[in-house]
Amino acid sequence: MSMLHTINKSPFDRDSLGSCLRVIADDGAILLIEDGVYAATKGTRVADAVASAASKYSVYVLGADLSARGMSDDNIVDGISVVDYDGFVDLVTEHDQVNAWL
Amino acid sequence: MAMKKFLYMNRRAPYGTVYALESLEVVLIGAAFDQDVSLVFMDDGVYQLTKGQKTEGIGMKNFSPTFSALGDYEVNKIYIEKESLEERGLTLEDLQHLVWEDEDEDWAEKDSIHLVSSEELSKIIADQDVVLSF
Repeated sequence: MSMLHTINKSPFDRDSLGSCLRVIADDGAILLIEDGVYAATKGTRVADAVASAASKYSVYVLGADLSARGMSDDNIVDGISVVDYDGFVDLVTEHDQVNAWL
Repeated sequence: MAMKKFLYMNRRAPYGTVYALESLEVVLIGAAFDQDVSLVFMDDGVYQLTKGQKTEGIGMKNFSPTFSALGDYEVNKIYIEKESLEERGLTLEDLQHLVWEDEDEDWAEKDSIHLVSSEELSKIIADQDVVLSF
């Protein structure tokens, strides 16, 4: 039963990503959306923790939310894949459940 | 009406909540009342000023170009907390270049944005009559 975790809060505002990482199963995946996409950008205080998560789990980020915030697709932490809305839908269908962290 | 010093503190990222847009609207409305206005961007608020925001993909209005109008309303004291930028891997180069024209110096173009440390920011905040936090 694999689970997709969506994270929509900035890691500087609320640590829902950190909480998710404490409880995520080994076959879980993470999709960063809305303000959650800031966690994917390089050079931040949390970048090392995010890179470590991306080496263990599949981590994705929604491209439209990056663009809206002036963040470039090629300035994201290694190991994170950029997806579009169709990719978002694919991820939802590929996993058995979605946990939308708020 | 006596001139008061108003400070607007912006601490939220631009699109995840409505705080950033609401703050900008209040600042522009307040600017019509000829008060001494300063803006602070700290914590996730620094993300409001990033260059190159393109919101077509999320179906929301891109309000970031409106910041460049602040200079025309004599809102030209914009303080960015250095520590907030640094922990987000950003520099001033990643932010919009906001300017104003100084009437007293033959409309010379001047920077509106001032990079300040937490310590400097503390003094700026202490010097205000009214602080509004968003």
